[in-house]
Amino acid sequence: MARMKFLCDAERCIECNGCVVACKNEHEVPWGVNRRRVVVLDDGVPGEKSISVACMHCTDAPCAAVCPVDCFYTTDDGIVLHDKDLCIGCGYCFYACPFGAPQYPQKEAFGVRGKMDKCTFCAGGPAADNSDAEYEKYGRNRIAEGKLPLCAEFCSTKALLAGDGDLVADIYRERLTRRGGRPQQWGWDTAYVEKG
Amino acid sequence: MTRNRNLTPERRRRYWRITLASVVLMVVGAMALPLTGYLYVGLSDAYAQGGGAEDSNPRANYWRAVRAGQAGSSADGVNYSSVTGRPMPGSDALWLNRETENLINGDGQNWRQIRNRVIAVYGGWILFGLIVVMLHFYAIRGRVNLEDGASGVKVLRWTAWERFVHWVTAVSFLVLAVTGLSLLFGRSILIPLMGPEGFSVWAAIAMGLHEFVGPWIFTPGVALMIAMWLINNLPEKGDIEWWIKGGGIIGKSHPSSGRLNSGEKLWFWFIATFGVACIVTGVILAFPVEWAQTRSTMQLSNVIHGASALLWIAFWMGHAYIGTIGSEGSLEAMTTGYVDVNWAKQHHDRWYEEIADSAEHVTVQQPAGGATGEPTTAKA
Repeated sequence: MARMKFLCDAERCIECNGCVVACKNEHEVPWGVNRRRVVVLDDGVPGEKSISVACMHCTDAPCAAVCPVDCFYTTDDGIVLHDKDLCIGCGYCFYACPFGAPQYPQKEAFGVRGKMDKCTFCAGGPAADNSDAEYEKYGRNRIAEGKLPLCAEFCSTKALLAGDGDLVADIYRERLTRRGGRPQQWGWDTAYVEKG
Repeated sequence: MTRNRNLTPERRRRYWRITLASVVLMVVGAMALPLTGYLYVGLSDAYAQGGGAEDSNPRANYWRAVRAGQAGSSADGVNYSSVTGRPMPGSDALWLNRETENLINGDGQNWRQIRNRVIAVYGGWILFGLIVVMLHFYAIRGRVNLEDGASGVKVLRWTAWERFVHWVTAVSFLVLAVTGLSLLFGRSILIPLMGPEGFSVWAAIAMGLHEFVGPWIFTPGVALMIAMWLINNLPEKGDIEWWIKGGGIIGKSHPSSGRLNSGEKLWFWFIATFGVACIVTGVILAFPVEWAQTRSTMQLSNVIHGASALLWIAFWMGHAYIGTIGSEGSLEAMTTGYVDVNWAKQHHDRWYEEIADSAEHVTVQQPAGGATGEPTTAKA
């Protein structure tokens, strides 16, 4: 069985936020909730990099480990999903997640959280595939339609890759090989950059 | 047997020396050779310090810094994301979905390990073990009865206001303990019993109750108790003697005590320290956006809250034991407000001496059987 993976090539990402827009539109994600975001490292400094991040669908997911109602499950494709019918909006998954993937809609006063929402790798949730109930709670189930996540499909520079981890790794490895001699390669500094 | 026929004693000694030397060489070599790994590491370190470090991979170093959560991995860089959380209405603080500029924060893994493997595991065994210990203690020691029986004359120990504050706090403590334990242990204990759907309903109720009762009922109750009983809990001379005698837990001795004995004082000061820490962190957790808390703040608060709450429950079990089945006449002090004069003399002799002349004594009934003690005359 394939193990689904995201990979964002920081040498290609141009911070267009197309992935963010594609995701929000495809899944009708409510205002204030963002399943995917682009983070710029070293903003405004030479060498600035941007990288698109969402749920990374961890093998040993911290969110699932701390959930008091045990609402997370991993599909055969290695996609981490959760059951909104069980979620109580306690926020523990947000404390545990390294990537800040879990998001909450505002429910009431005092910052009470609604049910958690996060990237589903466009694989919906426990409700019947492509049913109205599934779309309302989890968004489109593109995986059930034989398609890959829309964020990656949408990416203008093909920085964001999504799919079977083996294929994604092959594509990225080939890119790295073709980039030989570029400044990011180890050794360039040693050979050509004068040491201070 | 012709093997040694040509060997002179001299040659035989020489063979022995060679054999012995070979064995020693093998043993020493076998022990010393693996140690050359240290030599290799030492040399590598020396090489790295002497300029080798400049040859390390700058890209790997960059991403290592990013992975360590250093925002902006170059000297003067900061991170940024145009995708931010949603502002709270009427507040400058941002909504829950904040810290979007933070690419990766590994603290959550530490929190997960501490919560799931330390607090839940050891906390659970401490509570379970304490119940077992207390059952055994009760089986061996039994109830501490009134030595001279009831005198039938009672004296006021807790005012109506004190009892009101105590019981409001006590009931909310029970609600918080049951709901809090449900959220920590429910996944391992209640889900197998109730099923995930049933437990989810209970967990939602438990979380709502916990977040309402905690800040709005329990916190004022504890604050009032600390304020009104502080004066009774200041240390005094008799406390040392009380602790030397172990509070009379074992044996028949009754250490002298004021209005509150030293064990009760320890309970008070536990609440004034650990309990206050539990409440402060609880308020931080219950209002997740009020002060724009970060994830790291919430993780730390959760650890302190869970650990202090479990200790509090453990201490409370001792408090509830002595206040109910452990000691005759203690419960009625907090329910009716009055205690028997003999109870006061037995458990809080110095307090009774202080108030004996001024307090109002109420004659409730003649002592049962009439054999124990003369009815005390009521004093105005």
